[in-house]
Amino acid sequence: MAGERRVRPGRAHPLWLAFVLHRVSGLALALFLPLHFWVLSYALTAPDQLDEFLLFAEQPLVKFAEFGLVFLLAVHAFGGLRLMALEWLPWSAPQKTLAAGAVGAALFLSGTFFLQVI
Amino acid sequence: MPEPLDDLDVSVWRGTASGGAYQSFVVPTMESQTILDVVSWIQQYADPTLTYRFACRVGMCGSCAMMVNGRPRWTCRTHVRKVLQGRKVQIGPLRNLPVIKDLATDMDPFFDKWVAAGGAHRPSATRHEPIPPVDPAQPARVTASAGIECINCAICYAGCDTVTGNSDYLGPAALQRAWTLLNDAKHDGRAAIFDAVSGHGGCHNCHSMGSCTAFCPNDLDPMSAIAGLKRETAKRFWRRGGS
Repeated sequence: MAGERRVRPGRAHPLWLAFVLHRVSGLALALFLPLHFWVLSYALTAPDQLDEFLLFAEQPLVKFAEFGLVFLLAVHAFGGLRLMALEWLPWSAPQKTLAAGAVGAALFLSGTFFLQVI
Repeated sequence: MPEPLDDLDVSVWRGTASGGAYQSFVVPTMESQTILDVVSWIQQYADPTLTYRFACRVGMCGSCAMMVNGRPRWTCRTHVRKVLQGRKVQIGPLRNLPVIKDLATDMDPFFDKWVAAGGAHRPSATRHEPIPPVDPAQPARVTASAGIECINCAICYAGCDTVTGNSDYLGPAALQRAWTLLNDAKHDGRAAIFDAVSGHGGCHNCHSMGSCTAFCPNDLDPMSAIAGLKRETAKRFWRRGGS
């Protein structure tokens, strides 16, 4: 009854989306980490099985999934930095936008340089 | 000459705390029509039993807030043409508050929390003492002044998902009021505010989703005010040796 009565509020604003992205990436990483450690434990308990798994991990689909993992990690790390800046730095909104822009530009430049080096 | 516009297809929530449903009305389009105009037209020409709340009609009193197409808005300052989806408008009672009837919600929980957050002003001097000068440019005063235009319309409260998930949470308006008083040199209840906003239901429940700041019709920033409370309560916690 209550659920039908009230319309869900429009939430598609950047701050709310950033919150959701942070939450979802956090949950996904929390699900990934136990599996990650489980696989790593094979290095001690079953090296042969680990080698098999590493062979499996060479497939393009797994490589693509790894890209997703790095994306989640990056999103969550920067989401955390965003949250800490938001709550702990009493800066004005334009100051924070400039700071975030500077970090973004620096990452882009250094990332491009890094890709050229490797 | 502007072309005559089609009628509006308006869906209005009808019911009480025990239940209800949306009812459709066809409302003629008018120039510079606000959502409050639409609701008033229905009440005057279609169904006089429709219950809603308003007073000033100019965005000062904060009594006419409703859910409009899923977003909390001050209806007296919301133009129909800005929120229209096709020819449709859906108007409902504010979210996160109990419904009395139709579009009128019970605002008691909202104002009770405002008081619970230490929102009532306690003067630091009596009328017999000289008035201490307050420099408007002083940082604390600038911070306090940022929140004083709140009209207590409860739009932030209705837009907040943390309030939905935790009925004890004081909510953006009450916490912003607490932050304003905390920075007010003439307020004499700082310790009470710290206790009120750092406990269960206090500022640390906030997830910084930012709907309060995004939806505030007066362009206030309750999310940053709550962040200020988080900083100050945390500093106080560490200063007292984590107790």
